[in-house]
Amino acid sequence: MKNKKSETLEDALGRIEDGATLLVGGFGQPGVPEVLIDGVCDLARRNLTIVTNNAGTGHSGIARLIEQGCVAKLICSFPWAKESFVFRELYDAGKIELEIVPQGTLAERMRTAGAGLGGFLTPTGVGTDLADGKQTMTVDGKDYVLEKALRGDFALIKAYKADPRGNLIYRKTARNFNPIMAMAADYTIAEVQEDVAMDELDPEVIVTPGVFVDTYYVTGWYEIGKERSA
Amino acid sequence: MSEQTNLLTRQQIAARAAQDMEDGWLVNLGIGMPTMIPAFIPKGRDVMFHSENGLIGMGPPPSEDEADQDLISAGKELVTMISGGSYVHHADSFAVARGGRLDCAVLGAFQVAENGDLCNWRLPNQKSGSVGGAMDIAAGSKRVFAMMTHTARDGAAKIVKERTYPLTAMEVVTKIYTDMAVISVTPDGLVLDEVAPGLTADEVQAVTDATLIMDSVGTIDIAA
Repeated sequence: MKNKKSETLEDALGRIEDGATLLVGGFGQPGVPEVLIDGVCDLARRNLTIVTNNAGTGHSGIARLIEQGCVAKLICSFPWAKESFVFRELYDAGKIELEIVPQGTLAERMRTAGAGLGGFLTPTGVGTDLADGKQTMTVDGKDYVLEKALRGDFALIKAYKADPRGNLIYRKTARNFNPIMAMAADYTIAEVQEDVAMDELDPEVIVTPGVFVDTYYVTGWYEIGKERSA
Repeated sequence: MSEQTNLLTRQQIAARAAQDMEDGWLVNLGIGMPTMIPAFIPKGRDVMFHSENGLIGMGPPPSEDEADQDLISAGKELVTMISGGSYVHHADSFAVARGGRLDCAVLGAFQVAENGDLCNWRLPNQKSGSVGGAMDIAAGSKRVFAMMTHTARDGAAKIVKERTYPLTAMEVVTKIYTDMAVISVTPDGLVLDEVAPGLTADEVQAVTDATLIMDSVGTIDIAA
């Protein structure tokens, strides 16, 4: 049996190329794969499309990736938080493209991709600006917007524990988008706080089965949202 | 502006809205004023709070010992979980919202129209907004309570015949709680249920663009 653990960040991230679409987990600070993002910053790939809920905080994580000019497009639900000033500056300068997606639609578009479906019908956004240009349908008297599946080349996610097959469990609200993104990418890279031996994770409580995980990298515990030297 | 002194405080609006949270409800609270509601839920009433970042059974802010960097609300504040709560991923969290499992969502609003149209995600002069989960939650919740000041800072009416702001969700608001009144959205129109102590129904109508039905107007109990 192949152990999915990557011993180095380079091994975990090396496949990422210019122009790739990356699904990046996290809501606020919890569940953001900060170590993987720092690793992607160091790779200095260009023209990335990033799919993630928030537009970065301060100068670290996604904000650092944006600040370095690596990101051509951001797909997110909540871009204008005051802590996302790096994104705002580049957006105002016309240097980064933005697609705003309602948060539940963002999640479901990725879940749909992971489930092998082409799209779904949602009542969210009917009659609003965010449905402009999208097909609408009436089913049994109720109006829906057709939303398409959203797939990534890579998912960068954060989990609590992994076993050698890449089975994952999460911690509290650090779960958020991570299990869905794991399903929705061609190649899923997890950073995990801890790795455990086979059979230590109870199969009844595994959230993401290893079938959705290509490799994982062990970071240990760290305080989230702090700027670290890479 | 002599009536200024008769306006409810933010706490009083939250306390009034809290009275209408029924036993057994699962409730989602928008950021800002709605997050003040849990402190005012009447004792003995079992009301659970849903936070769209994957938390069913959100509890109050933690003590220093309880604080956990991985446990936050949708407003990104540190919180706790009550016993009997659970964590879910984002797709399930929004299945709770769209799937009709939220008994109520209490959301801030820029504008509410008399047909229940909710506008709260983007100002007309902004080219873009932060929608977050507002559209999903407003579209899916069984009831949507709008909680807001009765008028804008410049005095403009926020409760209007027809919306002029960008739409969040169509015909979803069922009740409105402001610093002046409690209003129900009904098929017949907006019904003025209660006014703040010291205010008259006519004074509330004067700062409301939509026509209010005033058949039986009570007074908000601010002692509750």
